[in-house]
Amino acid sequence: MNSDRDVIVIGAGHNGLACAAYLARAGRKVLVVEAAAAVGGAAATAEFAPGYSVSACAHLCHQLNPRVIEELALVRHGLRWAATGLDTIALSATGRHLRIAAGGASVSGAGVSAGDTAALADFDARMKRFARLLVPLLDQRPPRLADSDWRDKLALARLGWSLRRMGRTDMQEFLRIAAINIHDVLEETFEHPLLKGAIGLDAVLGTHMGPRSPNTVLSYLYRLSGACTSRAVGIALPRGGMAAVSGALAGAAQAHGAEIRTGTRVARILVEHDRISGVELAGGEILRAGTVVSNADPRTTFFGLLGAGRLEAGFARYVKNIRMRGTAAKLHLALDRLPAFNGLEPASMGNRLLIAPTLSYVERAFDHAKYREYSPAPVMEIVIPTLNDSSLAPPGKHVLSAIVQYAPYDLRSGWEQAGEQYRDRLIDTLAQHAPDIRDCIIAAQVLTPVDIERRFGMTGGHWHHGELALDQFLMLRPAPGAAQYATPLPGLYLCGAGAHPGGGVMGSVGRNAAGAILSGAA
Amino acid sequence: MNTGHFRTPLLHTPFHTRLVAASTCNEWYAWKGYTAPARLTEVEFEYFAIRSSASIFDITPLTKYRIRGPDCIAYFNRLLTRDIVALAVGRVAYCLWCDDAGRLIDDGTLFRLAEQDYRLCSQERHYDWLRTSALGFDVSIEEETEHVAALALQGPTSCAVLKALGIGAIEMLKPFHLLNASLHGRDLMISRTGFTGDLGYELWMQPDTAGGLWDAVMEAGRNYAIMPIGSEALDMARIEAGFIQANVDFVPADQAVRPGRGRSPFELGLAGHVDFRKANFTGRRALLEEQRRGSRYQLVKLDIDGSTPAKDSFVYLRRRKVVGHVTSAVWSPTAKTNIALASLQTPYGTQGDDLWVEIYYKRELKWERKMARCRIVAETFYDPPRRRQTPAANY
Repeated sequence: MNSDRDVIVIGAGHNGLACAAYLARAGRKVLVVEAAAAVGGAAATAEFAPGYSVSACAHLCHQLNPRVIEELALVRHGLRWAATGLDTIALSATGRHLRIAAGGASVSGAGVSAGDTAALADFDARMKRFARLLVPLLDQRPPRLADSDWRDKLALARLGWSLRRMGRTDMQEFLRIAAINIHDVLEETFEHPLLKGAIGLDAVLGTHMGPRSPNTVLSYLYRLSGACTSRAVGIALPRGGMAAVSGALAGAAQAHGAEIRTGTRVARILVEHDRISGVELAGGEILRAGTVVSNADPRTTFFGLLGAGRLEAGFARYVKNIRMRGTAAKLHLALDRLPAFNGLEPASMGNRLLIAPTLSYVERAFDHAKYREYSPAPVMEIVIPTLNDSSLAPPGKHVLSAIVQYAPYDLRSGWEQAGEQYRDRLIDTLAQHAPDIRDCIIAAQVLTPVDIERRFGMTGGHWHHGELALDQFLMLRPAPGAAQYATPLPGLYLCGAGAHPGGGVMGSVGRNAAGAILSGAA
Repeated sequence: MNTGHFRTPLLHTPFHTRLVAASTCNEWYAWKGYTAPARLTEVEFEYFAIRSSASIFDITPLTKYRIRGPDCIAYFNRLLTRDIVALAVGRVAYCLWCDDAGRLIDDGTLFRLAEQDYRLCSQERHYDWLRTSALGFDVSIEEETEHVAALALQGPTSCAVLKALGIGAIEMLKPFHLLNASLHGRDLMISRTGFTGDLGYELWMQPDTAGGLWDAVMEAGRNYAIMPIGSEALDMARIEAGFIQANVDFVPADQAVRPGRGRSPFELGLAGHVDFRKANFTGRRALLEEQRRGSRYQLVKLDIDGSTPAKDSFVYLRRRKVVGHVTSAVWSPTAKTNIALASLQTPYGTQGDDLWVEIYYKRELKWERKMARCRIVAETFYDPPRRRQTPAANY
């Protein structure tokens, strides 16, 4: 191939940047092309009102792969934590909050029984043992079942062995709960509704599932897997918002020699003789490379950029059937002053705040999404990052960032219609816990899944580039035939959240994809 | 015409009353949801009508899809293993389609009726696969099995029958070409195609004109010894011609449950219908890989000692080792040989291998078994020159 580069990475999301950094570190000549004006994709910080900035999509870091931090020297490239080890506070409208300490093993607050305290320590330890089973699988190419080689067999054998090694009780329990719903598990374990609601919310955040949906134990374990390593920082806020993570990754990539071109949209992926030959930019410019790695979601990659007709029909059917209906919206508020939350001292407000008072509340919120309505009583994960990071707002002012569920992508009445009404509904919900919040608001922004799709190029506005469930997990993610990062089209690879292990600001997909590319012929 | 079809165990084709009238033995079977004749009189008579005069066979149950749209050529070139760019309007192509793993889903005939208007005929139903394959292409797909009645008119006098029917210049119609005719003011499409390996035609019409056309063809064929036939006679002819059939000689890839049961075009002797010069079609990568690594099976034609058809037999190497099985077998009355198609494991099946088949047969309710020596033959068992000649022979 007559070109001065080996690899083009489409999209400078955090996984694309991580992949580029690893490839460049191994000596590949890498060009990253990003449609947006800045790097980061959904791991970005954006100014939504003059002087007020916030992490535009994901707003907490709890899964960032410690290996990525270390191997790419992200601290050297500017990654700083504004706060680590945040507690989780399950809000009660009456002010009788629960506080789950960083790490998740202990809980305090009004009405917590000794039974619940003991049960949580036990539950947390067990779930982490289970999640630890997943960790080695997440850090590598998923094993193939058909045509497996020794590495695949080894990975499966290891999984089997670690299951056995847990002992009979744990193994039985794991097999019992792995595919069932978190609601049943929580109901049989705990008493306090706020505690159940908070853990239930963790299991469904970012998914099109309610606590009673099957597979929600799996999604909970997936979330926990980030917290199981000894080097984990817990729930953390990067200084300067999520852009700090992407910025450090971009810095690492560039330090290793990768070139990054922002404001450069790829129109299509070029194929010659059934092999990747490069990309064509929106302006018509053609960039050649024998290897193209896509950080875009699988449907955008295969249908939007490559074209379904380029795929073999059976594979195209898999891609078409990937479930990726986003249900999470974002609420950003610029605040003139700190609002008062019922019964919550200001010193605690810098933690992670949840509105998920009971499991039924969360499930009812989800019920509406099934029928393409938004939840009239939504669940929320709230952060006021300015309490830990003054760089995001003018002195003395604050920003509030909330992930709100459920807000189905394909809202029946249409998001254009619902816009203002929806924003008021969200603020009303907040006002039940912080009655003076309306008086504090200077500016408000809502990003619906449609906005998220438009802004970050994620099909369906789905944060994880595809639902994280057993049928879209491991060797089935995003689709059989493309689950080992290499796609059926020679020279085309995936490195976005749609590939294994999946969504969340982890960097693992980018790292694994780079590994697959480097170990392959590319 | 067939409202409430789900309440009807088996549909009747528009020719059904004619078939019933022609049947002396009442031997029917179910063909893709239709009542179809296995035999109407005697299978030998019917077979010899195909080979010596003219036969008429109701092929309405054949699955038919109508595919239209601006992307038809690109669509078919992605779906099918052959290149159809050169298929002109008024022509027909034999074609294959595979799954991603390069295993044959089915074979069929593709008719180009107009610039952006095609008909695809096959043994099995494929609506799901055709729609799946249409992702990314601007084409419409409609199943028209019920809306098109069809007859196969096959045999040496078939051209003469059509001439007697008043179809002008029919003898000039080349194999795999089609013409649009008009009979008593009603449209009739005629293609020089068939499943017998002989001179023959297929007639395509609206169901409401079907009965009248049957009568007219029978009347025109009276002096040419025309005879309605059932599937058993046709099956003899197609084995002689070496044609394979879905669910007989291969399991369609989308119906195979056990891994490895499907067969690739190479494994069925159809390599000539796979065109790797096309950059992209479903199954291409797997087939290229198979070409590199070698196939697991091959389909061979066997000439077997004796006269007992080797139905469902195992094939042995040196009477010992099982190396394959027979998929279709018949005593060929015309070639006067005991013939079969068989799927053999690689590397067996080269000329000169000491091959045997184990034949089970019943004599007065008692099962007997014998080993018969067989040879692989390269050429088609029966392949008369009239099959390809234009102008068509006038017997």
